[in-house]
Amino acid sequence: MTNKKTLAQIFPDDIRHVAGNGLLDRRLFLKSSLALSSASFIADGAHAAGTEQPARPAWMNVPGEPFTPYGRPSGFEDEVARFPSPNRQLRNNGASWTPLHKLEGMITPNGLHYERHHNGVPRINPDEHELLVHGLVERPSFFSIENLLRYPLRSQICFVECGGNSNPGWNKSPSRAEAGYFHGLVSCSEWTGVPLSTVLAETGLDKKAKWLIADGADAFAMNISIPVEKAMEDAMLALYQNGERLRPENGYPLRLLLPGWEGVLNVKWLRALKAVEKPIMARNETARYTELLPSGKARMFTFTMEAKSLITSPSAGMVLNQGPGLYQVSGLAWSGRGRVKQVDVSVDGGKSWAPAELQTPVLEKAFTRFRIPWQWNGAPSMLKSRAIDETGYVQPERQQLINERGRHGFFHYNAIVTWHVDEDGSVTHTYDTDTAQPDNNGSIDTGWD
Amino acid sequence: MTLIRNNLAITAALILAGISLNAAEIRPGPQLGTPAGAHDISSRDWGIMPDGAGLPAGSGTAKQGRKIYEKLCISCHGDGGLGGSGDQLAGAQMQLTDEWPEKTIGNYWPYATTLFDFIRRAKPMLQPGSLTASEVYAVTAYLLYLNEIIPENQQINAATLPTVKMPNQDGFILILE
Repeated sequence: MTNKKTLAQIFPDDIRHVAGNGLLDRRLFLKSSLALSSASFIADGAHAAGTEQPARPAWMNVPGEPFTPYGRPSGFEDEVARFPSPNRQLRNNGASWTPLHKLEGMITPNGLHYERHHNGVPRINPDEHELLVHGLVERPSFFSIENLLRYPLRSQICFVECGGNSNPGWNKSPSRAEAGYFHGLVSCSEWTGVPLSTVLAETGLDKKAKWLIADGADAFAMNISIPVEKAMEDAMLALYQNGERLRPENGYPLRLLLPGWEGVLNVKWLRALKAVEKPIMARNETARYTELLPSGKARMFTFTMEAKSLITSPSAGMVLNQGPGLYQVSGLAWSGRGRVKQVDVSVDGGKSWAPAELQTPVLEKAFTRFRIPWQWNGAPSMLKSRAIDETGYVQPERQQLINERGRHGFFHYNAIVTWHVDEDGSVTHTYDTDTAQPDNNGSIDTGWD
Repeated sequence: MTLIRNNLAITAALILAGISLNAAEIRPGPQLGTPAGAHDISSRDWGIMPDGAGLPAGSGTAKQGRKIYEKLCISCHGDGGLGGSGDQLAGAQMQLTDEWPEKTIGNYWPYATTLFDFIRRAKPMLQPGSLTASEVYAVTAYLLYLNEIIPENQQINAATLPTVKMPNQDGFILILE
């Protein structure tokens, strides 16, 4: 049983290399799953006939723990945690990253959803919280949480991504952080709430209204402008996250959800929506969340999070410590414009690519898990993934993005990520040799104020 | 729920009959909101628009603002707005097209009204909402003065603030998608 066989010895007829350096057909294990399961059945049967008391692990010899009102992960999983990066002086201002590299599937557990607060998490009593809808509406109204819950609810699985996610990618030298602590200002949940269009139909909306100014009930009194078009299209007044009421750090008791649009617009702790003709030009749509270009001009109102993908395993900080052989490449792709159509993977630095298997369901504006098997031959390798969405948009290489935007945009970094696997199996973040440059001045402005 | 169904049925029937309705005549939903009066709204509406709409009474100068800044803001934003754990607000050595651009109020922020809106709602970080309108005008004036946009003795108030033209007002490309 412990003999190591190469994949070719086990499935000689099924081996199909689909790209250079050992990338295998994504359907390999779907085709051979029957053979695998019957082999393991026979192996188990070999132990069945003994007469002595079978060995039992310690936890089988005593009764287990009692029930818990609210379950927690296994104590052996304590390292699966967010990575907080607070402002050095005001510790409740900053962000915390989702450990994408330690998760599987497409849903982010609620306790691991990324956080971005500008002045801490307010503790809001839902009985004292109301949403005021006013401005260019026919019937300015307050909506209590209790009354919002009486409207027909709807659910949508979608990602929320901070506009500043992945921003160390603009730096001249590759970030040393693990994948989630570099790209994890994005998470994906099932959100449930009232379509914003339902509430706007209740208040009536003046034809002159082109924008809604959203206000949050945190100490920062966060405010930002949302186009009415988006509000009517698919915006939600979200009350539930993955089946339970929103977590405080994600906007309890009420947040705005704008599927596919940058995180800062998804105002948490929502207390007011004012219909107006023009945007308010708030600090977070002018001084911040705008992207400076090499010309000195800056992009403003860049709402959509463009297609992006990332191999989460193997990824930076991991070690392929079983040596050469079969590994599973797994990652996430998403697009603010709709569904992910295809994810290509390369294990030879982009010389050749093969499509990965997309885990169903593939939903619009949601995480899509991709996987592809790889027979690593032990030689240094460069791993990349490239997302293509249903609009045909192709995730750019880093150099292409920098050519278009320069290096001081801070926000909306969505370039292809490259992992380098060394001969000893250790994985690090790298740039293509033609884009790597000496870093003579540390990093870009990384403030989160 | 019956109410919704009835309304939908009525709406559908009227549409089929070719009768167009104006939004004010029909209440399409169950109307679960509570009407908000003018006073309810004004006490909760803090937003300041670029044309000055929403600005309250009060007034302040840079000279008055400096005292407030040095008491409440300097610990994060540094002497003269040069930055610290908080944003750099003034005194950019590197401009927007240089190798390491420093974005400040003077070379980046497009509207002066944003300063008032932001300071009043969010600052100072440990006591947000504690400044009077005149104090917010004064801090706004000081930051504009530090960025050499207004003279030290200019009164900043509801009439003057919207007329302050920011150097980078035309520095933005609206993507809007």
